Amino acid sequence: MKLQKIVIIGNGMVGHEFIRQMLIQPSVSQFTMTTISSEPRLAYDRVQLSSFFSGTPVKKLMLTDENYYKENNVNFILNEKVIAIDKDKKRVYTTSGLCEVYDKLILATGSYPFVPPIAGNDQPHCLVYRTIEDLERIKVSAEFSKIGVVVGGGLLGLEAANALKNLGLETHVVEFAPQLMAIQLDESGSALLKRKIEALGVSIHIDKSTKDISTGTNARYRMMFTDGSHLETDMIVFSAGIRPYDELARSCALEIGERGGIAINNVCQTSDPNIYAIGECALWNKKIFGLVAPGYQMARVAVSHITGGNEQFSGADMSTKLKLLGVQVGSIGDAHGHTTGAQCYSFCDETEQVYKRLVVSGSGKKLLGAILVGDTEDYSNLLQLYLNGIDLPQSPEQLLIPSHDLNSAPVLGVDALPESAQLCTCYSVSKGDIQQAVLQGCCDMAAIKSSTSASTGCGGCSALVKQVMDSELTKQGITVNNHLCEHFSYTRQALVDIIRIQKIKTFDSLLEKYGKGLGCDICKPTVASILSSYWNEYILKKEHVGLQDTNDAFLANLQKNGSYSVVPRIPGGEITPDKLIAIGNVAKQFNLYTKITGGQRIDLFGAALHQLPEIWKQLIDAGFETGHAYGKAMRTVKSCVGTNWCRYGVQDSTSMAIAIEDRYKGLRSPHKIKMAVSGCTRECAEAQSKDIGVIATEKGWNLYVGGNGGMRPRHATLFASDLDNQTLICYIDRILMFYIRTADRLQRTSVWLENMEGGIDYLRSVVVEDKLGICDVLEQEMVDCIANYQCEWRTTLENPERLKRFRHFINSDQPDSNLIYSTERDQIKPMAIEH
Amino acid sequence: MSRLQTTSLIDHDMTDCLLNKTHQTWGYLCEFNDIPPNSGICVSYQNQQIALFNVNTIKKVYAVSNYDPIGKANVISRGIIGTINEQLVVASPLFKQHFNLKTGICIENPKVCLNIYAIRVYSNAVWIKKYP
Repeated sequence: MKLQKIVIIGNGMVGHEFIRQMLIQPSVSQFTMTTISSEPRLAYDRVQLSSFFSGTPVKKLMLTDENYYKENNVNFILNEKVIAIDKDKKRVYTTSGLCEVYDKLILATGSYPFVPPIAGNDQPHCLVYRTIEDLERIKVSAEFSKIGVVVGGGLLGLEAANALKNLGLETHVVEFAPQLMAIQLDESGSALLKRKIEALGVSIHIDKSTKDISTGTNARYRMMFTDGSHLETDMIVFSAGIRPYDELARSCALEIGERGGIAINNVCQTSDPNIYAIGECALWNKKIFGLVAPGYQMARVAVSHITGGNEQFSGADMSTKLKLLGVQVGSIGDAHGHTTGAQCYSFCDETEQVYKRLVVSGSGKKLLGAILVGDTEDYSNLLQLYLNGIDLPQSPEQLLIPSHDLNSAPVLGVDALPESAQLCTCYSVSKGDIQQAVLQGCCDMAAIKSSTSASTGCGGCSALVKQVMDSELTKQGITVNNHLCEHFSYTRQALVDIIRIQKIKTFDSLLEKYGKGLGCDICKPTVASILSSYWNEYILKKEHVGLQDTNDAFLANLQKNGSYSVVPRIPGGEITPDKLIAIGNVAKQFNLYTKITGGQRIDLFGAALHQLPEIWKQLIDAGFETGHAYGKAMRTVKSCVGTNWCRYGVQDSTSMAIAIEDRYKGLRSPHKIKMAVSGCTRECAEAQSKDIGVIATEKGWNLYVGGNGGMRPRHATLFASDLDNQTLICYIDRILMFYIRTADRLQRTSVWLENMEGGIDYLRSVVVEDKLGICDVLEQEMVDCIANYQCEWRTTLENPERLKRFRHFINSDQPDSNLIYSTERDQIKPMAIEH
Repeated sequence: MSRLQTTSLIDHDMTDCLLNKTHQTWGYLCEFNDIPPNSGICVSYQNQQIALFNVNTIKKVYAVSNYDPIGKANVISRGIIGTINEQLVVASPLFKQHFNLKTGICIENPKVCLNIYAIRVYSNAVWIKKYP
């Protein structure tokens, strides 16, 4: 059978989505695909483009890579512009003379930034904001500029302004209309947004029409406005809307809309049935959709039509929620109230700087639209009310008033949502999908995320998804029993609060007052860890020793044959030759299997219980202290060599790593904690795979939280940028103590963060903005814990009574006769024993 | 080895053997204070490794074999003790299976069990029942 040949022009987000969707069709083997793109690289995430400026490497923005295309036999031609389409012969021609034949042609050419026709708009430092290359140009230009202007006060314009501000420029926004974000916001909402942005140091000039751009007196350019005023600037970024790339379609006489855009029908066909158009170049029902979600929808519809399905495009919701220059903004449906008979409710809180507006139908029963500025917590709820046409409560104004009682039921119960309600628009996950996932056994957010992908895109739906999950669990009679174990009817968090506030110092007194039975191997180590996090007493004290997991109980790591491994602390992975030799001598004397760890330390295996004190005596004499490799505690801070040695380093990462390791060493926590410090964005210390990652920037340090390697790898999330040393340590103090206070037992920071309602934004509000008013306490708790630090091995060696336990037999000096070894690659290896 | 009943912590029948620590039916293991409260230790008795636990909260001492038949290592004495559904258990430090201290039976896999031994504590000494 002859294969159908599909040619896709444009490899942006939508073009790539088309290919991705084709590849998961059962009939994919009947097609061949070729994509031609004028950009130098395959599709990348344009939505996250601005993160390029906060140090995200291009590689992380990529949506795909060449290997994926090669493995799936998708041909791709980059850096090549299509200049003509021959509809009759079904061929496309490119600038370098290539000719591709097609059966079906997909136009995914996207759009380009509109540059207003202003005299002088073509000068070297007049730029646009659309592709990675544009951003690279802006970055270069910013290095030679002090002042930057963005022309355009819409959504993209404000994003560009944020970028300029982050590049350290004095930033201005010039808007032609009398308000910002005229499409999404009304006058009051826009005025508040303007005030808030101005408070952040960005100047806003509304109602300004630029006449020309000439040479400036104090800066590179002078922008003359029609009202006679002027503004001087060193660079200009135009972001005044987008225009569809429809040149190709025009030149081959496809039907084009009056104001541009390639006209398509409900299955995304253009006026030539063999040519489809999808994404921002396409015009459906006289509308262009400048968001990625409708573009993806069009890609799915086109794939469906080509492979014999019957999906239709029926328009798209243009509601949006985003953070502009740190200000939360949301806009839903008919935000302006253009619908006949529409009525409005609005709420304005000047102290908290929050504005909300609801547009409801004449009957007062249905939500038609909404505007949120300063607080978008209600966005998901309102969007669901709007999308699903759910009846509003008797007095819709309730929806506007912030609820101060955390325990009060949400105004809109998720039970009111139909199963088809789309909760996660990024990954098209419906309420029904979440219910299905719960039925199949997912009972926490982490499980829901990995099974449905919900909340893994922008994360805006996480609160709603959690509500649906909780409600579904309750309905199925699954009481989410989060009691620690049968001995304590409390969560770990509740026990932390009890221990902290009641100042309880021992397991026995906690059990007596708040528990029952004798305890077990779940609650004992958990409580031991909490006691240690807050009071930091020696963990082998008589009242604590029986609580410790075996690793903690003997201050070493139990291995499969009953022997232990020993890991001395090597802060930041920096070690002198003498210390290295000292470790070598110990390993040699006791015949220990020696291996370098992933955390830049050295692990010595095969020590018998009775050998541990003598091994540690020698290590401590050589200047080492315990590495806490045995504890659910702060383990290591990995580092690179930073500015001292590296040609690329921008900060002294090694010294910072050593300082951090020294500060938090041995801090006991719900699970182990690993950290790393990298001296530049090349990230040689792999900080983004750590619980706490620090990456140097020209101006200071970027702080990342919640990374993990291991079984469920997760890249850490950027928490804050360009911090000075003091702020960096202050934030880490608070984050760690908040983690210790609120995480579940054995919950790594990655899962903790994923399960946190409100995610990284909430964590930021607690740690940076002190929303809960606990930052002082968190810092004090850390200071107290650090003040009580001790090297547990040093303390143990000083106490002969404690050393008694470090023998295999209490009544004999014989070692365990079952510790027998063979040799492999010149080192010992345990041999299996059978009884 | 046969299953035996464990006995109570204090036994007044053993005054005669206190001084020389020998007895016809009971063998001396160690001093009671050698076992930290609510914790375990390992003793060697006639070439066997025996794990002793001082369940201080209920004033009892229990003895089971120190060999973990699942993890295949001599580590049971280093486990954490506690209760699961009111059964007194020790959790293996290797893979955390729970063994009933009174019967030796593994809760997760009842086909597997530890040996159990009869223990007496008199004054400050721990004794094990000798076998004929």
